[in-house]
Amino acid sequence: MFEENKLEKIRKSHKDWEENKVKKSVDKFPERSEKFTTSSDIDIKKVYTPEDIQDIDYLEDINFPGSYPYTRGVQPTMYRSKLWTMRQYAGFATAEESNKRYKYLLEQGQTGLSVAFDLPTQIGYDSDHDLSEGEVGKVGVAIDSLKDMEILFDGIPLDKVSTSMTINAPASILLAMYIVVGEKQGIPSDKLRGTIQNDILKEYIARGTYIYPPEPSMRLITNIFEYCSKEVPKWNTISISGYHIREAGSNAAQEIAFTLADGIAYVEAALEAGLKVDEFAPRLSFFFNSHNNLFEEVAKFRAARRLWARIMKERFYAKLDKSLQLKFHTQTAGSTLTAHQADNNIVRVAIQTLAAVLGGTQSLHTNSRDEALALPTEESVRIALKTQQIVGYESGVADTIDPLAGSYYVESLTDEIEKKAMEYIDKIDSLGGAPKAIEKGYIQKEIQNSAYQHQKQVESLETVIVGVNKFKVEENQNRELLKVDKEVQELQEGKLKKLKEERNNEKVKVLLSDLKEKAKTSENLMPFIIEAVKSYATLGEICDVLRDVFGEYEQRVIL
Amino acid sequence: MEGIIRVLVAKPGLDGHDRGAKVIARALRDAGMEVIYTGLRQTPEQIVSAAIQEDVDVVAMSILSGAHNSIFPKVVGLLKKQGADDILIIGGGVIPNEDIPYLKEQGIKEIFTPGTTTKEIVEFIRGNI
Amino acid sequence: MDIEKKILEGDKRACARLITLLENGNEEGIQILKKLYPRSGNAYVIGVTGSPGSGKSTLTYKMVKELLKTGKKVGIIAIDPTSPFTGGAILGDRIRMNELSLEKNVFIRSMGTRGFLGGTSRATTSAMAALDIFGCDYIFIETVGVGQSEVEIVRLADTVLMVMVPNMGDDIQAIKAGILEIVDIFAINKSDLDGSDKTKLEIEMNLDLNREMDYRPPVLQVSASKNTNIDILIDEIFEHRKYQENTNILRDRRINNNKEEIIKLVEEELLKIIYNKAIEGDVLRELAHKVTNRETNLYDARDKIISLLIKNKKESF
Repeated sequence: MFEENKLEKIRKSHKDWEENKVKKSVDKFPERSEKFTTSSDIDIKKVYTPEDIQDIDYLEDINFPGSYPYTRGVQPTMYRSKLWTMRQYAGFATAEESNKRYKYLLEQGQTGLSVAFDLPTQIGYDSDHDLSEGEVGKVGVAIDSLKDMEILFDGIPLDKVSTSMTINAPASILLAMYIVVGEKQGIPSDKLRGTIQNDILKEYIARGTYIYPPEPSMRLITNIFEYCSKEVPKWNTISISGYHIREAGSNAAQEIAFTLADGIAYVEAALEAGLKVDEFAPRLSFFFNSHNNLFEEVAKFRAARRLWARIMKERFYAKLDKSLQLKFHTQTAGSTLTAHQADNNIVRVAIQTLAAVLGGTQSLHTNSRDEALALPTEESVRIALKTQQIVGYESGVADTIDPLAGSYYVESLTDEIEKKAMEYIDKIDSLGGAPKAIEKGYIQKEIQNSAYQHQKQVESLETVIVGVNKFKVEENQNRELLKVDKEVQELQEGKLKKLKEERNNEKVKVLLSDLKEKAKTSENLMPFIIEAVKSYATLGEICDVLRDVFGEYEQRVIL
Repeated sequence: MEGIIRVLVAKPGLDGHDRGAKVIARALRDAGMEVIYTGLRQTPEQIVSAAIQEDVDVVAMSILSGAHNSIFPKVVGLLKKQGADDILIIGGGVIPNEDIPYLKEQGIKEIFTPGTTTKEIVEFIRGNI
Repeated sequence: MDIEKKILEGDKRACARLITLLENGNEEGIQILKKLYPRSGNAYVIGVTGSPGSGKSTLTYKMVKELLKTGKKVGIIAIDPTSPFTGGAILGDRIRMNELSLEKNVFIRSMGTRGFLGGTSRATTSAMAALDIFGCDYIFIETVGVGQSEVEIVRLADTVLMVMVPNMGDDIQAIKAGILEIVDIFAINKSDLDGSDKTKLEIEMNLDLNREMDYRPPVLQVSASKNTNIDILIDEIFEHRKYQENTNILRDRRINNNKEEIIKLVEEELLKIIYNKAIEGDVLRELAHKVTNRETNLYDARDKIISLLIKNKKESF
């Protein structure tokens, strides 16, 4: 990138600087630490210079926004045209309550919906199931049937909002419900915009809300790819996730490595199912974490885009631009937020927001200050939303695209992270791909080791958490928190009873039986799930039918 | 020969976040204890059954889904029923301070909220067996 | 709690308490065991061995599930390695058998190898005896998969089952000859994977070369995760049992096992006594220093320590 004799001059100068000025200074003011590293164990140098990026070719490795390899962003105008979507993950208790919260958020300026479902819903159990005891409505909204879904989106026109649904194992069923709700509003499915997370591999790795074993789960996922490519073309059929992998303890390089490895597995599964890469790849999306180390995070996002573009082009021969573009949603890192001095979390989230925006995210969820204590109160979530608005409208960082490009540090870090991530991906390839690596426990072990290492660093004060292991303060924790009543469970149980009395149970039986038969074949199950959903079969009933045919995943824990 | 402290680390309910449970399991092992880790999705009955058969000194439950107020007391109740109320029961996860008095009333000896060090937990166990 | 009374009533907590007492070498526990020992000897013991990752736990789980259909009471001892540095262990085998936790007729106990002075033998045989007295018809001992303790534990069993996975290749050669010679049944797990037939062939070839056998171990292809041929595996265990009972081999085997057990228990106890003596007054450490400085040698050091024990005995007369 630079002329050789100019570089030589810089090298000389650098050496001189180190040996004289720096040495003198360090004798008087020793450095704060022996070593400075990023989360991915990359050494952080004192200073970065043109020497660090001399081998980078601007047009080949960085290029312009919206141009391969998309290092600077997937759109040519990025936030100059439209700020990222401010999409706060929300949902709790009943559909009625959540509907109220969604309307509040939309009023407050949120530009997209993001639905959080409770654990029974995520794991395919109705609210009256034994295992749902104590869990109904706690971490998200309880959806037992189409009826709940209708209430959830009551008064919200589905052609005017895009909706992201954090649902994985039963994603096909919730998507079916969404489509039917749209239908009932008079909106054809080809007008619906949104995303379903639908990423089962990371459930096995880090999140735990799996139902079925890997093979049938992949089948359901590719069924959705195929169905949507024809019927719901504006829908992002998967949100390949690194957020949870990072939350489980991985470092930045591992986060994108394991996520892209999962992505590779999904592409291979779809190709094997007979789809053409350009048919489904444009609708793949990703979901990353935005963590503490600002510059490492920005470099991470840029590296991810470049890496995925290269993989899609060179490994899968995708031709469409949209197939090569890694678009992603980001969430600020929940695990970095503290229970102590919780207001400090607002500051942490602000920095993480900055990282995500400088990294070019398409949409963002910011955590609330009470993250480590409970689900957010209205006031807390409002502050979280305002954080995004302040960064977007007041700080100026969105006024030019990829402002950190060209930074000797950031470009060098981007390269380093891409390199480290590729090493992991190669290793996973050698194990036979992500699904096999998960079976062997490789990915889980790496994550656990990183998590343990981090804990040790915190306890040895190598890693500082303000207010927790340093700068502690005695405090009276009397803050207002959101509580979800036990009554929610009773309410839902009552609703279920009523539903089963009022619907046509014969029809439900027939449609469930149809679904069961089709599940045994290799036919696309979406149309049959949609029919069952329309008849008000419950989520649990549909999932149980599939449990009968597919069996359940047997957890393997490698500690 | 002195007895080695045996701890059951359990994930009750549907919550799938096991980073904390696994870090603690490792820390307890590094502190010389035998840790039986149950894995995810444990019912109170399964936890108690394991605690009895493994004759543990401690039952440590981790839960981040907000279901602690209903699940923890159930485990305590079942252990009492089986005559195992000499087992030290502790918990951790996402548990607001205001719920802690109730849980302690129900028989949970201590709740360890986010930010607790593994050292604290090890010392607590050693000091309360 | 009256352990003696309760364990005979089938109380799981009493059985668990007894195992703990014995694991810790507790005198009260030993007395109870001595008293109830005549009531043991009914359980048939299956030792499950194989390298880590071969799916031993899952296979054991499926075997037990199958056995439960016959209304038998089953005990499982799952052993995991104790860290030699910290003395702690993570015992994770129970996870693969979660569903069995609530079965009335199943008792699962996880144990660490506990190493030197902890005594794998004493702990495991004691646990076996306790489960036997408790009323188990079958006891599965699932071992760590590597190391010398492997061979020891597996010698406690009436039937030794070795679990392998396809494409072990050189590993078959590498497996200590000691293990291969004492295996009664081979089970190739994950047999749906490529290479399963080849692995079976390799094992059969090894069997042809290495042994004169009265009972040629069957080599089965199973899949724990897919539930393939588990019933056949159980049948082979029954077959082996029948064979051993009919030919009196079982009795001879158990006599031999008990002989080894007695020696091992004596060894452990002696070692403990000598070790304690040697630590007293820092004798061992001093000797180690002297040997290193060449002021004495290893053999004289050995004799010095043994003389401590004998001196002790002499003094007690």
